[in-house]
Amino acid sequence: MGYSFEACRDAVRAGDAGMDVQRHDIVIVGGGCAGLRAAIAVLHQNPAASVALVSKVYPMRSHTVSAEGGAAAVARDDDSIEMHGYDTVKGSDFLGDQDVIQYFVEQAPAELAQLERWGCPFSRNEDGSVATRAFGGMTTKRTWYATDKIGFHMLHALFQTSMQYENIVRLDEHFVTKLLVDGGRCGGVVALDLRSGEMKAVLGRAVILCTGGAGKIWPFTTNGNIKTGDGMALAYREGAPLKDMEFVQYHPTGLPGTGILITEATRGEGGYLLNTEGERFLLTRDYGVGAKAELGPRDMISRAIMLEVRAGRGISVPGKIGEYAHLDLRHLGEEIIDGRLPFVRELARSYAGVDPVREPIPVRPVLHYMMGGVDVDIEGRTCIEGLYAAGETACVSLNGANRLGSNSLTECLVFGARAGVHAVGFAREGGAGDAAEPQLLEQCSAEAARIEALRGSKRGDETLAGLREALNLTMEEGTGVYREQSAMARTVSAVAELRKRYQNLHLLDSSRVFNTELTEALELGNLIEVAETVAVAAKARKESRGAHACEDFPTRDDQNFLHHSLVHRTPEGPPRFDTKAVTLGTWEPEERKY
Amino acid sequence: MAEQKKTLVVTRFDPDRDQTPTTREYEIPVEADWKVLDALNYIKAQVDPTLSHRWSCRMAVCGSCGMNVNGEPKLTCKQPLSAYGERVEVAPLANFPVIRDLVVEMDGFMERLKQVKPWIIEAKEEAKREGTNRQSHAELMDFKQFSMCINCMLCYAACPVVANEPDYLGPAALALGHRYNQDTRDHGGVERNQILRDDGGVFSCSYANECSEVCPKGVDPAGAIQQAKLNNVLDWAKRFVVPRRKPRAPTAAAQSDEPGRG
Ligand SMILES: Cc1cc2nc3c(=O)[nH]c(=O)nc-3n(C[C@H](O)[C@H](O)[C@H](O)COP(=O)(O)OP(=O)(O)OC[C@H]3O[C@@H](n4cnc5c(N)ncnc54)[C@H](O)[C@@H]3O)c2cc1C
Repeated sequence: MGYSFEACRDAVRAGDAGMDVQRHDIVIVGGGCAGLRAAIAVLHQNPAASVALVSKVYPMRSHTVSAEGGAAAVARDDDSIEMHGYDTVKGSDFLGDQDVIQYFVEQAPAELAQLERWGCPFSRNEDGSVATRAFGGMTTKRTWYATDKIGFHMLHALFQTSMQYENIVRLDEHFVTKLLVDGGRCGGVVALDLRSGEMKAVLGRAVILCTGGAGKIWPFTTNGNIKTGDGMALAYREGAPLKDMEFVQYHPTGLPGTGILITEATRGEGGYLLNTEGERFLLTRDYGVGAKAELGPRDMISRAIMLEVRAGRGISVPGKIGEYAHLDLRHLGEEIIDGRLPFVRELARSYAGVDPVREPIPVRPVLHYMMGGVDVDIEGRTCIEGLYAAGETACVSLNGANRLGSNSLTECLVFGARAGVHAVGFAREGGAGDAAEPQLLEQCSAEAARIEALRGSKRGDETLAGLREALNLTMEEGTGVYREQSAMARTVSAVAELRKRYQNLHLLDSSRVFNTELTEALELGNLIEVAETVAVAAKARKESRGAHACEDFPTRDDQNFLHHSLVHRTPEGPPRFDTKAVTLGTWEPEERKY
Repeated sequence: MAEQKKTLVVTRFDPDRDQTPTTREYEIPVEADWKVLDALNYIKAQVDPTLSHRWSCRMAVCGSCGMNVNGEPKLTCKQPLSAYGERVEVAPLANFPVIRDLVVEMDGFMERLKQVKPWIIEAKEEAKREGTNRQSHAELMDFKQFSMCINCMLCYAACPVVANEPDYLGPAALALGHRYNQDTRDHGGVERNQILRDDGGVFSCSYANECSEVCPKGVDPAGAIQQAKLNNVLDWAKRFVVPRRKPRAPTAAAQSDEPGRG
């Protein structure tokens, strides 16, 4: 981090050096739900456009694949756009932007219907219409599902649909290491081709970041190995602020040891949470969820489990860290479990040795989702001209302080599509790339030199595993379900320290071919970068709102904190903190009780 | 828990410096509930960071981490280490070129997926522009199983035909083509069946059933291929007995008024 391009100034220009240079209209980084949706939207808008789809894994490996429960959009007669809007605003603890939420709930049904027409095998009602299920914080059944594998089916349907467009040029297993920005305009990316080890310049008139979340900042997470916040770090380094980073979602039900998710759909289908006394504590005690009980929002249920554990009513699991609650599905019966939650049964058996038909599943809150991300407007625009972001890596302010389960896949569709459409328009008007090409190519060769110098470099005695563990630990301490000012302060300085230690990495693999030690090093750099913004933003928010539960300030404080947090990178010093107004509108902030 | 040790015998190959693959042995402490992938990740983090392997979700759904374990294709994030004795051999998936160590090249596989046109082909006259289709549960069940493929490629590593016939589309791709043919929302059967019954298609399958045996997701590609064979035989036979209602639909590309198709 803190790359010095000065040092590489005399490196030859990329083109001259024989670097592969590709030119496209739109460059999309990421082949998950948001990236694929954006790519297709671009081509529906302008069939002649050329789209580069750059992804560090083959698109069908993207972590969208792991989503289980479903995707939200109004579908039933007893539901309304307005109710979905209100649920989302309330779920966000009034930190969601209401213009964004309004647009989202209006577009959601059409986006999911489109996915149905693209072949997603949604589960069905008796009459053949798409079935919906209950989800946390949602007033009625509006979560469209495909048993308990919505992400897998959505991702494969999108990816397979995308294969018919010859104008989508895929760069699979290409790791983007830097955005090309000159004079405040973004004109492409530089990517490391994992197979050859070569760097490529991928130029475009606009770039859309769809790189997903950053769960690997924490030790206990539902996120896969690839969720390392790359896009957030890439944009942040070029001067785009990250917004609302303190709001990270702990999902109430992760499996012991691995953190593998057991979906909220288990509770949507009627599952109970029990403490060691076999008591349904969400019903019997006041945790703010009222009669919703297990169908309360995630932030509240995660806190309830933590408080049960603190009160000595947790359940221990031999050989596993932490204490747990029991998720009991036995009363649903084998038929419902196999019919609607077959993946849950497979996961519980394979990864916890528990058959939910016969035994309750031990679960505890697990880091799941980033509400924050690259600050974008409703079109997906960042403050850098030509640079867009969508999906989990972006913060369009749909989710505010707490996301409602099943809103985020729909978010990827709605705002992936919108960013795609807007980017095409921007590209048609000339875009950002062409003018500065010589400068951009110069940046490419400097970047190639930086990567070359990092590969197998022995700068000090720090190991990747050691730094990763230190980062995980301090972030868990400072930014867990419950947070304390003093612990957050320690985490802020610990992460700053890690940033320095990162300069002393000792790497052993000097091969060019599929060098995963090199990509892990790049990912760790991104994790540290993003973690710092989380810690800084968390420390600055001296109230409790949504997923940010600060023990020193246990109540919400609209007077002083009804605003978004912005964290800007500074070249040398600590991050610069700033705020931004929340867009209100239809719904006035009120006490959030269910 | 008493500490247990196992020796992982891992195939290593770096084209930058090796002529041929070698193996390296790693004796490591293991935990009772580890999967094979946990052992590899331990080696990568604690013993030898130069080892290259693919993985991500570690919950048996992204399909990245297929490898040959003691000679059999396995999804390593799901396969318990306890299924093996003291020595466990981990090699790249068979029947694929190796890029490095445990990482195989999958260009051919990706190309085959695309060849079967794995997308909904709509009947032009009645293409839906909004709203959803109705589909009964029974209709869904006609293809659901075949839509569960995670592209882990274990079936290609196990298939004797893939090993010998370079142009064979292979189990996952054929099952995927069949999946779309079975979907009531799709109208591309005629087009797609031509591909499925062409050289390298379903009739190359010798029904060894290895693919279905190794599939970690119960997709049963062998069953899909058998069904597709039958459909194609019927289709083919029908051409001689029933006069065709319409001339064969031109390909989507030739006829398309829609952007980017074909
Ligand atoms: C276990 C689990 C269950 C979930 N269940 C649900 C649910 O039921 N409903 C719901 O609405 N939401 C759910 N979510 C949340 C939702 O799945 C995610 O927020 C969403 O899928 C994110 O999609 P995305 O397209 O933004 O990113 P991803 O799918 O994570 O894709 C990111 C893409 O970016 C690429 N990429 C990243 N960095 C780079 C780089 N440096 N260079 C090149 N490419 C890069 C990756 O290769 C990948 O293709 C769940 C999340 C998890 C973890």
